[in-house]
Amino acid sequence: MPSSATPSELEQPNDAEKPSDSEQPGRGSPAVSVPGRRGGSVRAVPAGASSLSLLASELATLFRRRRTMAMLVALAAIPVLIAVAVRLSSAVPPGRGPAFLDRISQNGLFVAVTAMLVSVPLFLPLTIGVVAGDTIAGEASLGTLRYLLVAPAGRVRLLLVKYAGALAFCLAAPITVALAGAAIGASLFPIGPVTLLSGDVVQPPEAALRLLLIAAYLAVSLAGLSAIGLFLSTMTVVPVGAMAATVVVSVASQIADQLPQLEWLHPWLFTHFWFGFADVLRQPVLWDSFASNALLQAGYIAVFGALAYARFVTRDILS
Amino acid sequence: MTAPGSTAAGLTIETQGLTKRFGHQVAVDNVDLAVPHGAVFGFLGPNGSGKTTTIRMLLGLAAASAGTVSVLGQPMPQGLHEVLPRVGALVEGPAFYPFLSGTANLHRFDAASRHGPPATRKARVAAALERVGLSHAAGKRVHAYSLGMKQRLGIANALLSPRDLLVLDEPTNGLDPQGTREVRSLVRSLAADGATVFVSSHLLAEVEQICTHAAIMSAGKLVAQGPLAELRQAGDTRIRLLTPDAGTACEVLLRLGMTPGKGTHEPDGEVLTAVAAASSVAPPEDIVAGLVAAGVRVRGFSVERESLEDRFVALTGEGFDVAQ
Repeated sequence: MPSSATPSELEQPNDAEKPSDSEQPGRGSPAVSVPGRRGGSVRAVPAGASSLSLLASELATLFRRRRTMAMLVALAAIPVLIAVAVRLSSAVPPGRGPAFLDRISQNGLFVAVTAMLVSVPLFLPLTIGVVAGDTIAGEASLGTLRYLLVAPAGRVRLLLVKYAGALAFCLAAPITVALAGAAIGASLFPIGPVTLLSGDVVQPPEAALRLLLIAAYLAVSLAGLSAIGLFLSTMTVVPVGAMAATVVVSVASQIADQLPQLEWLHPWLFTHFWFGFADVLRQPVLWDSFASNALLQAGYIAVFGALAYARFVTRDILS
Repeated sequence: MTAPGSTAAGLTIETQGLTKRFGHQVAVDNVDLAVPHGAVFGFLGPNGSGKTTTIRMLLGLAAASAGTVSVLGQPMPQGLHEVLPRVGALVEGPAFYPFLSGTANLHRFDAASRHGPPATRKARVAAALERVGLSHAAGKRVHAYSLGMKQRLGIANALLSPRDLLVLDEPTNGLDPQGTREVRSLVRSLAADGATVFVSSHLLAEVEQICTHAAIMSAGKLVAQGPLAELRQAGDTRIRLLTPDAGTACEVLLRLGMTPGKGTHEPDGEVLTAVAAASSVAPPEDIVAGLVAAGVRVRGFSVERESLEDRFVALTGEGFDVAQ
């Protein structure tokens, strides 16, 4: 009885191909052991080199992505917006608007400081939420997670590389704001010696260094949030869910930090030191808040990293 | 590392009592697969019969609820890091980063493996794309690929390194007839190179054409498994007889252990069909000799084997009642 006509039968029978049908390919062939050829390819590349290779691939995939670029452009637009607004308006009366706003017209470098300050509560957490929430859930929703894992990337290795990618974005985001701020500030306003919060005056190169120090402070501040995002991302295959949850967590933490009734909780909130970066604008630099912040963030990384690990290594990849 | 997987039994994939439960639902129920080295193994079953879940467990993507899995001689998922570099896989359709080009996608998956030497990555990616006929579209974003092109890219991904085992889940899904044909010849050439190929499919004709062995899943259970020839023989054999002496013929056939069906009239006489289990049926020449000896005028005689499709339907049921 002929078998039913499936699409594969619509083609013309090919005489040249037929004999191999009956030959039953592979049966009695040397099977798996084709030494030199296959054996050689299985040898592992040194672990460090291969992980760097995966990290490079992760960073390239992250930063070549239009969404990532759009977020960085949006962040860069914040200082531009501030600078243009100040330039177009008459002198800003001191004490109104965000801190440092009144000093922009005297010194363009303050555009960068103001922009970073403004982006801390929402804009930075928003972009970090998108990147960190997308880490695992994004791959799962694309289906690429299963191909990374059968490559095999190794679950722990993949998790580490994903977190490293998110950290790279945590650094890139405030640096983008700082650089865009300094650039637009320099082009619209005079640049000169900067008077620090302690009253000391530093020259522009030293001031630029302080700007980068603030960016580094913010990057550290966002590391804990990234770990939370990474964990949430292992919980779902819907990246938007993980992103939104991460942003909500950061907002909730900031609100809790404002409630005097929860004062006992404040030192434990990962957002508690987010605005402590003013201390790097003193001479000499006060490292206390930097250190407390780093310690707190390390704690969050440890806890949520462990949770993400526990969740991810045991999870069935069904997407 | 030349094939530490050469087990005594010579099995590339072996599962014992493999079971996967999702809550109360049993997706894969006590499956004992045995895929010999060098086989082209067809993994058949209706939609929802547990094929893909089984494949996920073979590849260490999902954990088994019970039972053991051994791939290339190593237990899975414990041996995952040594096994998977030797396995090329296409699991439940291709998946790519739509915003990256075909080449960039393959580079990324190759970089994910600890075992893809970076020095040869470019050449291997180009060769894999060439092999599936995608060289011309290599620089295009996958976003712009058709389903068939994505499927080809998925196969290229499975071929990035020399492999001992290929697990191809519905490899011809979405391909045009030419593509289907190319996949068939690709599978043959891989098998000729000595690789074991594990193909899941619901296209039976395809499996019949390329496979040496097959297994049939139904509602999470493995209902048949073995060399293709044996699977076919396990079914019924049917003879078709054209004769004007239907009455005598029926008696002879009954005596020979066959069950004659109702005849149909044709100009030259009556067409009789008779069915018997393949194991119990007499050789065709003996049937004819018996008929002639009894004075039956035989004007036409043929033996028809059940196709794999008949066997498949017999084992998994008819119609759209997909497994619960």
